Amino acid sequence: MDVLTHSLGSEGVRMIVGLIGVIALVSVNALFLIWMERKVAAHMQLRPGPMEVGPHGAIQTVCDAVKLMGKELITPEEVDKPIYYLAPIVVFLPVLLTFLVIPFSQTMVIKDLNVGIILILAFSSLSVLAILMAGWSSKNKYSVFGAIRSVAQNIAYEIPLLITVMSVILMVGSFKLTDIVVAQSRYWFILVQPLAFILYIICATAETNRTPFDLPEAESELVAGFHTEYSGMRFALFFLAEYTNMFIVSAVATVLFLGGWHGPILPGAIWFLLKVYALIFLIMWFRWTFPRVRFDQLVTFAWKILIPLSFVNLLLTALALKIF
Amino acid sequence: MNFLGSFLTPQGVATAAFFMVVGMTIVGALIAVAARNIFHNVLGLVLALIGVAGLFLYLNSPFVALMEILIYVGAICIAICFAIMLSEPMYLPRPPRKLTKILGAAAGAGLIFVFLFLLTKKTTWVPAAQRSTDWSVTTIGHYLLTNYALIFEVVSLLLLVAMLGAIVIARGGRGSS
Repeated sequence: MDVLTHSLGSEGVRMIVGLIGVIALVSVNALFLIWMERKVAAHMQLRPGPMEVGPHGAIQTVCDAVKLMGKELITPEEVDKPIYYLAPIVVFLPVLLTFLVIPFSQTMVIKDLNVGIILILAFSSLSVLAILMAGWSSKNKYSVFGAIRSVAQNIAYEIPLLITVMSVILMVGSFKLTDIVVAQSRYWFILVQPLAFILYIICATAETNRTPFDLPEAESELVAGFHTEYSGMRFALFFLAEYTNMFIVSAVATVLFLGGWHGPILPGAIWFLLKVYALIFLIMWFRWTFPRVRFDQLVTFAWKILIPLSFVNLLLTALALKIF
Repeated sequence: MNFLGSFLTPQGVATAAFFMVVGMTIVGALIAVAARNIFHNVLGLVLALIGVAGLFLYLNSPFVALMEILIYVGAICIAICFAIMLSEPMYLPRPPRKLTKILGAAAGAGLIFVFLFLLTKKTTWVPAAQRSTDWSVTTIGHYLLTNYALIFEVVSLLLLVAMLGAIVIARGGRGSS
């Protein structure tokens, strides 16, 4: 440990401790979110959901995870092996990296980079690449269709997402996530940027492939989309990445619009997590409220409505900043 | 433990990181050029671009590094993949490479290499420590609209040409089939 502290410095030790914390958070968060999703879905359909294992089925997902770990990893004969093996890793690594800059509270941030928000946007764009690798290497028409849809959707929705985020950055004048939160100590940005918040949530739902935008894995038409040919732990990694992505987009929304760790009485980190899980609940609520859109509707909606609206929002923000 | 201590000096870690990103760039570039499966080519390009982003990071320019990943890997490479998936099926046998094509590509790459080599020799380099490390949005915005305005415009012209080219190719394909 002395050698480590001496050669890596306190910064290096902080990174290692942070990384261990992040891995723990990612796994616990995924287990919790899957349980939460099943419970939310069940209660919206007037049924109790998992009840057998643990109080209100709370340990059900732990059992599921153990089951998945014990499962055989099946590799279909015709797959493009190196890419097929790489895809679950590529989907998971960038997700871990984005946690580097998320400010859970004023001090609970692993490395407060000057370019924090760009880091999150850059690395979350890599998950599309992993979906593409998975879909294409599976050599299965449903997988390829899922991958193609995912790419078209992500390209279309990433543009309004970036422009919307830009209008908030314009107000703060910094890419640093803590700066953005500090700038909201008087009022939350959702009050002055309501349109941006709505646009962001729509785009984030699309980016994380959630219903009503879950075309890449639409189970009623594409079996399971891009991860049809994956089993066991490889499939679990896709699942884990998906739920972690949901956490990340909600965390970014909390930082940009909901005032991050600001809140009375409770400590900052608790407020942060409360806001994040409230947003995740909202996204789960969407799933049981809106039917899946058709593909042409999806793309038209992005290019003809969301992108012009986000540009209008950006222009209005710039104008308002110039005038006031 | 002593060995570990001697390796974990800041210089040692920096050198190891440098050779790692350079290795990534070169291996990626080789895959991008040499592989016969066009999807592997793109993935090689992705590896090379991430390596280049690592080089920018090594040179203490995190903004440029992340932009490289966001634009080149996150947008351009994925658009290329998309184009590939919509083009001819990949299970068809591919004809062998023509020698003239290889020579032409080598000549073009060689010319660019000579040009860049001469350019790097002419430029006076400022050490990273002496350059400004001010990466605030305001500074970058000022640079883009003053010092680098011409480059910015030229890049957008390039994008326009690429877009027109894509439209021409797509229309041609539609007419003939």
